[in-house]
Amino acid sequence: MSGASTRDQLARLLALAPYLQRRGEVPLKEVAADFGVTSDQMLKDLRVLYMCGLPGFGPAELIDINVEALEDDPDGLVRIDNADFLARPLRLGSNEASALIVALRALLDSSPVASRDVVERTLAKLEAATEAGGATPLVDVRIPEQGLAEQATRGMIERGISANRQLRISYLVPSRDETTDRVVDPIALLTRDGKSYLDAWCHLAEDRRLFRLDRIVGSEVLESARAVPDLEPRDLAEGLFEAGPDDLVARLRLSREMRWFAEYYPVLTTCETDDGGLEVTLSVGDEQWLVRLAMRFGHGLTVLEPAALGEQVRAVARSALRLQQATS
Amino acid sequence: MTASKSERLLNLVIMLLVARNYVTKERIREVIEGYHGSEDEAFEKMFERDKAELRALGIPLELGYVDKFFEDEQGYRIARDAFELPDLDLEPDEVAVLGLAARVWQHAGLASATSHALVKLRAAGHDVDRDALDVLQPRVEADEPAFDAMWAMTISRTPVRFDYRRPSDPEPTLRHLEPWGVVTSRERWYVVGLDKDRGEPRMFRLSRIEGTVAADGRAGSFEVPPGTDVRALTSALAPARPSTEATVLARHGSAVLMRRRAIEVTPGVEGPDRDTAWDRLRVTMYSRDELAGDVLSHLGDVVAVEPAELAALVADRLASLSGAGR
Repeated sequence: MSGASTRDQLARLLALAPYLQRRGEVPLKEVAADFGVTSDQMLKDLRVLYMCGLPGFGPAELIDINVEALEDDPDGLVRIDNADFLARPLRLGSNEASALIVALRALLDSSPVASRDVVERTLAKLEAATEAGGATPLVDVRIPEQGLAEQATRGMIERGISANRQLRISYLVPSRDETTDRVVDPIALLTRDGKSYLDAWCHLAEDRRLFRLDRIVGSEVLESARAVPDLEPRDLAEGLFEAGPDDLVARLRLSREMRWFAEYYPVLTTCETDDGGLEVTLSVGDEQWLVRLAMRFGHGLTVLEPAALGEQVRAVARSALRLQQATS
Repeated sequence: MTASKSERLLNLVIMLLVARNYVTKERIREVIEGYHGSEDEAFEKMFERDKAELRALGIPLELGYVDKFFEDEQGYRIARDAFELPDLDLEPDEVAVLGLAARVWQHAGLASATSHALVKLRAAGHDVDRDALDVLQPRVEADEPAFDAMWAMTISRTPVRFDYRRPSDPEPTLRHLEPWGVVTSRERWYVVGLDKDRGEPRMFRLSRIEGTVAADGRAGSFEVPPGTDVRALTSALAPARPSTEATVLARHGSAVLMRRRAIEVTPGVEGPDRDTAWDRLRVTMYSRDELAGDVLSHLGDVVAVEPAELAALVADRLASLSGAGR
């Protein structure tokens, strides 16, 4: 076993003695679950604890645990005696306290007004009891305001997944400038670069699709069970955006001011240009999306390939210009 | 065997915790069975490693003179009040909140840190039930590779150095920082601190750090200036987004996203053509450039009305896109 697992075990032992003294008799399985280990591991922990005690280490000094009875009966109750010198758990480490405090602040940000009070009370008590508290929070999170609607969607999706139900979602597709209603079989919730996605089987597209949570404008859990079950969650290590078989690879030239583009979009390749800009390739599933992109960033982004797209952009711009000039 | 190591360490903790006075290393070696039978050098090594192990768990080992009148012999002890979790005096609803907090982190290391904290709270007699409440929950993710190191360095107050690249820089530059805090702003993680190359507080986006975050000094070697409010500092250092209002016309049924964000929509207004009906949208404008881009991306379904500078910018960019300047 590695050093880290000795440390983990010691951390458990230090908490185990006060835990058992507080609880009285607890089923072995419950103790194991509360400590996040298997019953076998918990029995090993108890055996170690049973060998420890006050200096002198005679029967009167050692911690007493019914280890032998538990070895015969794994469903039995754990009993401890003679451990009052370990009556309270170890203080929270600064890492533990900070992780908990940051999580509470995130809860506070996202709580409805009615439940803020209890979160604030908890936070105050925890901060008072730890060094990591005090006037200077070292780590801070902010849950963005529009996140609340997204959380409601998230709750709906989680319910769909755990209850094996289909969802109906209204999804906004900016590249086609429309909202579509579709029935989906939810597979998983994913996060990448601060954005959340629903990975699902879409019955409208009859294919697996990723949906950005902030573009799901309505959702409900249906009575019907998922029709395409047992789809494996995708491996995030391979990236969220797999190129589809029909995708075209576009080559774009970015000006120096547009370099950030390569950070925000899943580009395939990047190379520097002489004028301090970049040339990138990008897998594009929807040509219309690329036309909109070229229009939006036209001053700093030029589509080199496919070449036909350049002419399309010019034609669109000419007719849009006539409309803009007709607007008083 | 590991069992004997855990056993040796726990017996050492108990011995130092119940001792009334500092205990000498010789006495420890005599009493703790795990140290019996080792040669002097082996014992010294083992004891040093054990002390490091206890400190890594946050167990406060104190070193002091066994006899305060004759400062010749040093020993160890663990002060109970520095060791034990104080009574948090938590109400049942507060305990339930802690159970919720444990599910916020979607980051393996910090999720396990919160679970360890909850194990201790359970051991202090609080019935933390992870499934107690079914309410909406925020999730905090941290995927940036630099996050773990920066979090650890911030908590231990260790100066750092790292390669940083803004999108406008072709090459990364080496930065030196006293990290005061790790913060999120607009869904991204940043570190705020004293930029030692510039001598003033700065913030850096963690996703723009390339390679490793290295220690550039000893732990605890700087202090965060008293009264520093990391959250306020983040807002001050983040680029401001003053907003004004703008008016655009959109073809009826188009511009779904802009309509969702609009302050006001007036349907059925006079438009630049009669092919479809047009609606007037009043929208918030953070940057003229950005809104012009939004208008352009609608391929003629949206035109700009006010302010005049916006309409002019849109017309200019359309003129250059339509090939006039090429």
